[in-house]
Amino acid sequence: MKKLIDFTVTENKRLNHDTILLVLHSDELPEIQPGQFVNVRVDRSPSTFLRRPISVHDVDESRGLLYLFIKIVGCGTSTLGELQIGDKVNVMLPLGNHFSLPTSGKPLLIGGGCGVAPMLHLSRLMKARGLSPVVLIGTRTDKDILRKEEYEKYATVYYTTEDGSFGEKGYVTQHSVLKEKFDHIFCCGPEVMMKAVAGYANQNNINCEVSLENTMACGIGACLCCVTDTKEGHKCVCTEGPIFNIKDLKWQI
Amino acid sequence: MADLNININGLSLKNPVLTASGTFGYGTEFQDFIDLERLGGFIVKGTTLKHREGNPYPRMAETPSGMLNAVGLQNKGVDYFIEHIYPTIKDINSNILVNVSGSTIADYVATAEKINTLDHIPAIELNISCPNVKEGGMAFGTSCVSASEVVKEVRKVYKKHLMVKLSPNVTSIQEIALAVEGAGADSVSLINTLMGMAVNVKTRKPVLSTITGGLSGPCVKPVALRMVWQVAQVVKIPVVGLGGISCANDALEFLLAGASAIQIGTANFIDPTVTIKVIDGINDYLDQNGFKSVKEIIGLI
Repeated sequence: MKKLIDFTVTENKRLNHDTILLVLHSDELPEIQPGQFVNVRVDRSPSTFLRRPISVHDVDESRGLLYLFIKIVGCGTSTLGELQIGDKVNVMLPLGNHFSLPTSGKPLLIGGGCGVAPMLHLSRLMKARGLSPVVLIGTRTDKDILRKEEYEKYATVYYTTEDGSFGEKGYVTQHSVLKEKFDHIFCCGPEVMMKAVAGYANQNNINCEVSLENTMACGIGACLCCVTDTKEGHKCVCTEGPIFNIKDLKWQI
Repeated sequence: MADLNININGLSLKNPVLTASGTFGYGTEFQDFIDLERLGGFIVKGTTLKHREGNPYPRMAETPSGMLNAVGLQNKGVDYFIEHIYPTIKDINSNILVNVSGSTIADYVATAEKINTLDHIPAIELNISCPNVKEGGMAFGTSCVSASEVVKEVRKVYKKHLMVKLSPNVTSIQEIALAVEGAGADSVSLINTLMGMAVNVKTRKPVLSTITGGLSGPCVKPVALRMVWQVAQVVKIPVVGLGGISCANDALEFLLAGASAIQIGTANFIDPTVTIKVIDGINDYLDQNGFKSVKEIIGLI
């Protein structure tokens, strides 16, 4: 069941020049699956009309904490970056479908830029289920590699940077770890990156799920603004996604 | 507790608050947040004779105090609605209206005729004002002759309450309102979205796949209010006001300007519980100002 909750900010930490970690608390925190998102109302930003859909970075059910890893791109997210400890934030959640959690096999989780956000929640649950997830993080430079120690708690983590400042130089699809055999790929990041990953998965016949982030208004399947083209016609990213299996999309890969 | 009941030309509402088509899905999307039976009614997504995929993505652009949409009447068609959706909502104790659209008069007529057979749908809202479809839609609602013609033909087959949704993208909305009243409409609802546009300067391209789209939200409220007031001056049938209503105060403005009921649209996206707040807020206003019934404030201006 979806809820509308006033959370309290317990932490708002700037991770680098354009990314924040926002930690919110509520005793009513509902169960959230990896890959789901929340729709955050942005108060005190006159130019921000709609809620901002943000993917869930992680949750701590026992303490009622919701972790959001947010890239600041405009006035709305910038205002979220200014929230102080104790401020209230109205959040609609949990929204959308979720990544499927395999029971066996070797999973590869690929995150590009702030698309790495949901991979923490996913890798933590995979490890708890006895799987050994591999996480591959691709960024522009070493300054964009954030929360490294957190990911390394649950997964074997590899890195690519476009400038070679950390890990292997280049894009995620060029990383040497892809020579290993994987059974599942889960990917979130810029569309161009996800399409490249989808191409790799397709060629190697690996089941692959991607997380889309189309612009949306309602977040609950009412406005039909956020559709993506699938083999079964237009589907709402907010309710029938954000996670799609690449075999259902009409991507040219 | 004031009396919020209102009868708009035979359509009995437990309060004057409806939801606007295209912003409320089929109602069930909002069930986790509100009790749908508290609503005066809800108007489900624009329905056409045949399945429509709608326009390509991107379909939405945020604007100051509003948004542009170019959804283009995506829906699975009236037969799908009757078979799969109607059974799941028909027993909700509220007025469920179907917004009916089409590319040709024959489409409108055929769709309305099918909806006419549904016992739990007391009214349709005839959409002659969608700005996001190439054929039909707003084309019917921007000339008195074509507006009158489509309403006249639908009137022949549709036996229940016929509400006609008007476009603000016209020279004189009063003339269009009079034309549809003359053709047999039981009420008019206004305004549909205002045609607008947004450009992405980084890509130097329009934001929307269709270039233009329909503007909604608080930014259109003054225009909507003006048009509701103008139309209420000239027609005898009830006027249902919509356009940017986000709180009880907004709703009261429309009622005072002559609307017998109101619809809440885009505000549902920001606060899915807004409708209930508006119903309660109207009641509080009536109580605090010594009105026994909402009917007493309609058209006070």
